[in-house]
Amino acid sequence: MYKVVKKTRIADVVTLLEIEAPALAKKARAGQFVIVRLNEKSERIPLTLANWDAAAGTITIIFQHAGRSTHELADVQEGGEIRDVVGPLGTATEIENYGTVVCVGGGIGVAVLKPIAKALKEAGNTVISIIGARDKSLIILEDEMREASSELFITTDNGSYGRQGFVSNVLTDLIAEGRKIDLVFAIGPVPMMRVVADLTKQHGLRTVVSLDSVMIDGTGMCGGCRVTVGGETKFTCVDGPDFDAHQVDWAELVMRKKTYAHQEKCQLDAYKGGKG
Amino acid sequence: MGKEIGIREEMPRQAPEVRRCNFDEVALGYSVEQAVGEAKRCLQCKKKPCVAGCPVEVDIPAFVHLIAEEKFLEAAKSLKTTNALPAICGRVCPQEEQCEQLCVLGKRDQPIAIGRLERFAADYEAANVDPAGKCDVTDRRPPVANMGKVAIVGSGPAGLTAAGELACMGYDVTIMEALHDPGGVLAYGIPPFRLPRTILNREIDYVRSLGVTIETNAIVGKLYTLRELLNEGYDAVFVGTGAGLPQFMKIPGENLNGVYSANEYLTRINLMKAYKYPEYPTPVRVGKKVAVIGAGNVAMDAARCSLRMGAEEVSIVYRRSRAEMPARAEEIENAEEEGVKMDLLTAPIRFIGDDEGFLKAMECIRMELGEPDSSGRRRPVPMEGSNYIQEVDTAVIAIGQSPNPVVRQSEPDLQTTKWGGIITDEETGLTSIPGIYAGGDAVTGAATVITAMGAGKKAARAIDAYVREKKGL
Repeated sequence: MYKVVKKTRIADVVTLLEIEAPALAKKARAGQFVIVRLNEKSERIPLTLANWDAAAGTITIIFQHAGRSTHELADVQEGGEIRDVVGPLGTATEIENYGTVVCVGGGIGVAVLKPIAKALKEAGNTVISIIGARDKSLIILEDEMREASSELFITTDNGSYGRQGFVSNVLTDLIAEGRKIDLVFAIGPVPMMRVVADLTKQHGLRTVVSLDSVMIDGTGMCGGCRVTVGGETKFTCVDGPDFDAHQVDWAELVMRKKTYAHQEKCQLDAYKGGKG
Repeated sequence: MGKEIGIREEMPRQAPEVRRCNFDEVALGYSVEQAVGEAKRCLQCKKKPCVAGCPVEVDIPAFVHLIAEEKFLEAAKSLKTTNALPAICGRVCPQEEQCEQLCVLGKRDQPIAIGRLERFAADYEAANVDPAGKCDVTDRRPPVANMGKVAIVGSGPAGLTAAGELACMGYDVTIMEALHDPGGVLAYGIPPFRLPRTILNREIDYVRSLGVTIETNAIVGKLYTLRELLNEGYDAVFVGTGAGLPQFMKIPGENLNGVYSANEYLTRINLMKAYKYPEYPTPVRVGKKVAVIGAGNVAMDAARCSLRMGAEEVSIVYRRSRAEMPARAEEIENAEEEGVKMDLLTAPIRFIGDDEGFLKAMECIRMELGEPDSSGRRRPVPMEGSNYIQEVDTAVIAIGQSPNPVVRQSEPDLQTTKWGGIITDEETGLTSIPGIYAGGDAVTGAATVITAMGAGKKAARAIDAYVREKKGL
């Protein structure tokens, strides 16, 4: 059992949980994730490691209430317990001094991006960050991202906060201005990552994305998270989650993420029905 | 009883038309009368050839004799002096290729049903003494236990066996398991209709009762490295991480929705209990028409699970002929009785999806057998122009697994073969790093439960010798 020591609703449908997991807190690195199973019957769900504190022995996960399992997880109270938390999973992001790095984050993807931006800045990079969401209520970790970046741009689709438009619009402008960019990280919904990948490919800018495929064990055992990168099948859980954006077969990823769309909808309806 | 000596007692089973609709155990176990009758067939040979066929060295004639004398609890106790997991082995070991193959009776007639008797004794003990199976703890655990600390990586058959052996020698043993439940392939792979979870958990509890601690959600290679375990107080480490990495066929369409690795398919159904969906919310897509590619025990498990999940047509698609099928004869028979079709000398060459990316068909080609290949089996050769398209909405790839990569990726000094198997000394299980031992599928690639247990047992002895020498004991 893993105790929830802090719970905060950080945006409209986004919850932050700080969980006691001392061994995990010592080992976590930027770019890695955990798998959480709330109780004996629950699904195993892969979630972002947004923060960790080795001294306090805690890790922080941030997630959007999307399906039944994340809604149930968001119902856990401070002081409550989660049955299983395993990690850190995945290969850590390669952090070095690349020069100038643009960190592009969309929606909940900012939770994955934040520790990466922070580590990049600590490694001596100039970090330019662009974060965006549909509207103001979904913008998360603004202060933390400001701290982790030399410059921060914010966009909302409807213009309710920051600049109106998409994160990719800002990136387009930076490129047009002739800013020196050595590497781009793009983390967020698949359509966003895909647009950024297409854009940077045209300009020959190396780009890394972090994928969140459907998975069960997260240890290389099930192969459910397979994704085609550069024509080869890779497992997101052990080969990723970071991949070269220009090599990812995006159409296949979109397709595979819909495998259980029907069941997910039924489960969510049942959850909401049960609550109502 | 009263039968002629050549014929073994039949195992009562659920009727095929009933069992194909439930996940309850198929084989129902011997009655007391059947067990005694079968045990009395044993010739009690002085040379005990059967024992040589048992990787964990069970004294087979001894426990069989105790059953014949109706001393069932003593039979269970006798088994447990060499095998901590008798109810599991009695169910899933391929006895026909091991102990039973060497039975003298088998030369002319049917060999003694050693596996069934093993199962009987273990189940009898559980039903009649102590549900936790703790009856002989004090017999095996030495009074002074302070030999040292050993970490076991993985709680599958190899790890559980090594842990039990070391605990009985007086070591403080901790098993690190990456998943949320212990058992490894016994929990995620083998379906409950072959190995009920109450049986699995009972024997895992027995290993715990010997003093073994099992830490779940502990992924070695990520949460701890092997070196850290050695540096942080463990005298030795045993790696039994299994063959968890699924192999794919590398043919077009393999990543379509509805094409599964057998690992994922079985994990969803067995470990995550998708067979109780939606009470357990993990989904699995089992279509009306299911094709399982491969013909080993894992393939049979996937095919039989598919029927139980409601599939209307289930076929095994195998590129060689019946004679080369690697599954146990008993499992093939069970599958066919339940209605699984055998599509032999056939191989898929392409999976075909609908507009949404869901599998709807596969293109297959017929094969014929040519000259023997490196495995000694006749090589399947495609027959030109024999291609055809078969409608299918779920495909399960069960063509084998490679060793799990997580531990070796975290430890560059750990020498492995080009296909990822950990290189060890055959007798001791010692790896290229002093103090680190390995065994089971992580070393051999996918093999059997009992081979893994044998490796765990050997490594436990080697670890004991290593620690004694290191400490001057």
